Amino acid sequence: MEQAAVVTNDNNGGKALESAANARVLRIEPTRGWAALNLRDLWEYRDLFLILALRDVKLRYKQTALGVIWVVLQPLITALIFTVVFGNLANLPSDGMPYLLFSFAGMLPWNLFSQSLQRGGNSLVGSSALISKVYFPRMIIPMASTIAVLVDFAVALVVMAGLLVYYQVPIGWNLLLVPPLMIATVVAASGVSLWVSALSVQYRDFIYALPFLLQAWMYASPVAYSTSLIPERWRALYALNPLVGLIDGFRWSLLGHGSVAVSALALAFATSALLFVSGATFFRRMERSFADTI
Amino acid sequence: MSDIAIRVHDIGKRYRIGEKQERYATLRDSLVHLGSAPVRWLARQGKRNSADYVWALKNVSFEVKRGEVLGIIGRNGAGKSTLLKILSRITEPTEGYAEIHGRIGSLLEVGTGFHPELTGRENIYLSGAILGMKKLEIDHRFDEIVTFAGIEKFLDTPAKRYSSGMYTRLAFAVAAHLDPDILLIDEVLAVGDAEFQRKCLGKMSQVAQQGRTVLFVSHNLPAVLRLCPRVVVLANGEVLSSGDAQSGISLYLNSGLGTTAHRKWDSLQCAPGDGVAQLRSVRVHTADGNTTDTIDIREPVGIEVEYSSCPGELRPAVTLHISNEDGVLLFITGDFNNRDWSVQPRSSAVVRATCWIPGNFLAEGRLFVRTAISSYNPHIVHASEEDAVSFQVVDRSEGDGVRGGWGGTWPGVVRPMLKWKIEVNENQATRVH
Repeated sequence: MEQAAVVTNDNNGGKALESAANARVLRIEPTRGWAALNLRDLWEYRDLFLILALRDVKLRYKQTALGVIWVVLQPLITALIFTVVFGNLANLPSDGMPYLLFSFAGMLPWNLFSQSLQRGGNSLVGSSALISKVYFPRMIIPMASTIAVLVDFAVALVVMAGLLVYYQVPIGWNLLLVPPLMIATVVAASGVSLWVSALSVQYRDFIYALPFLLQAWMYASPVAYSTSLIPERWRALYALNPLVGLIDGFRWSLLGHGSVAVSALALAFATSALLFVSGATFFRRMERSFADTI
Repeated sequence: MSDIAIRVHDIGKRYRIGEKQERYATLRDSLVHLGSAPVRWLARQGKRNSADYVWALKNVSFEVKRGEVLGIIGRNGAGKSTLLKILSRITEPTEGYAEIHGRIGSLLEVGTGFHPELTGRENIYLSGAILGMKKLEIDHRFDEIVTFAGIEKFLDTPAKRYSSGMYTRLAFAVAAHLDPDILLIDEVLAVGDAEFQRKCLGKMSQVAQQGRTVLFVSHNLPAVLRLCPRVVVLANGEVLSSGDAQSGISLYLNSGLGTTAHRKWDSLQCAPGDGVAQLRSVRVHTADGNTTDTIDIREPVGIEVEYSSCPGELRPAVTLHISNEDGVLLFITGDFNNRDWSVQPRSSAVVRATCWIPGNFLAEGRLFVRTAISSYNPHIVHASEEDAVSFQVVDRSEGDGVRGGWGGTWPGVVRPMLKWKIEVNENQATRVH
């Protein structure tokens, strides 16, 4: 039995943990090797998770003067720049769509991913005061900051709807793919966040490396350009990046246009899940020394 | 159901030396480290482990019964905080285990998780959740917390606009309404003003009276004595003793762990002084002459200064400056208060001067004694030693002390027993209708 702080009910204690004073015995002992995920503990602290996520959302909108406008402008301006540089100057193909629409549809999942990663990756080091003073499953911190980004995503989605109406894009059943794609993006971002945040406790340079990682990752994903530019023989390798399948999937489901290889999409879901599971496992392994090293 | 609340069994915690210092380890350093690993591996053969690690705790075992209030004392670095961190699951032990029976709450800091940008209301929820409360529980206690903190009008004001007093009040209010079976408290009383400390102590004795288990880690020995019938003394990561509070505290103080009640300079080279007078020793002792660090508030305390003097024109005098823990100078006294001695010519000798401070005069707490030898007319300081000795005054008076039957705190820098004259004249009594 090698688990972090195992929470067990004794025989006569009920299911309700709070009901009887002595209903549970907590055993604190060293853990070795790869700790179990301890989902039960995470569930116990679900309120903290929600309150922390809510805090991040509130702070995001309290501390910026422009608030929501900022959330609208940022992807819109970036999409405009892409339109001018890649669409007009470089004359890159956009699968027959208006370039602004094309790049904004790509911006949506990319921003969700990159902002989740940015906030999640830095979150642990930013919460060192909490980590050294109270116990809670540490995984809550990067996960909660990832969730906060979903609000920005929702706002951007409204802008997207406006663009769809403006460009008179017909609405189809393929829109149903948006929620699972969104979840997959969050899962992938959380996975990488768990890796980066756990590593950054040990090695502070990961915080500095993160912007470069994100920049490289963006150019390795079809955000500003179309997947059709990639030579056929490299496609399989290219699709190992989960963002390839996810972004193409978003474009296809939002614009009802372009193409997405089912294999690429399946691969994207699989790699996202893999990133998350490996990140969570690694995080759990590192977690026990956080308070000692942070 | 067992009546054990906490069982600590052979707990040990090992840190790598420098783990805390190298907190900003960088990837580059690690790569360099990796590169030089074979060299270090060769160099380390035969003496590994022992040199690289330090045990913050070792073989620590004790039990706490349900409803017991246990104090944990020890010097800085004795492992008290590490122990609390293990029990509150912030860090893992390296060996051994602990069993916690019941819901545990820990208070290692007041205001953990408070965010200045958020309003009072938001901070109550945030801080409550961080301390382990469910949202529903906070909903239930919300009004109580607000009333306790007295911030009704400022509920929707960002905490950054609060005065520091309001801030701590609110932070403590949330923590005080945490409702665990077992409460771990670390030095919370060290922060905040006297008023706040009083509030904390009051709340703690209230918690203890409700039959809850409390583990109290503190430097505040009077508070430990008042609250905890039993203490565990930690020294260098090990349990030195575990027993009743009075003997635990005197063991702690007498084992040279705390500030000493006896100071002796072995060599003349390092002793403070000049050619006229030089200190040899200073000690605190009871009426029967035993050196002591803890003195009952009702007992007189003697401070004995031994120094070597030289014949000459000057007549050096010993002065004692008594200060409390807050650095407040309570009074200064000098041996020239002894008139005969002050005019007596000095010879080549070892002089022992003892000053008696009466019982029922000092306030409880730790007192520090600056010892000086100086001549007046002309004024020359021959020797001066800051905090030469210190001692602890404890008030365990059972109704016969200055505070009578009052068991709570009794502020003031001194606690003198004064004469009261009472006149009762029954003939002049007026009847109140």
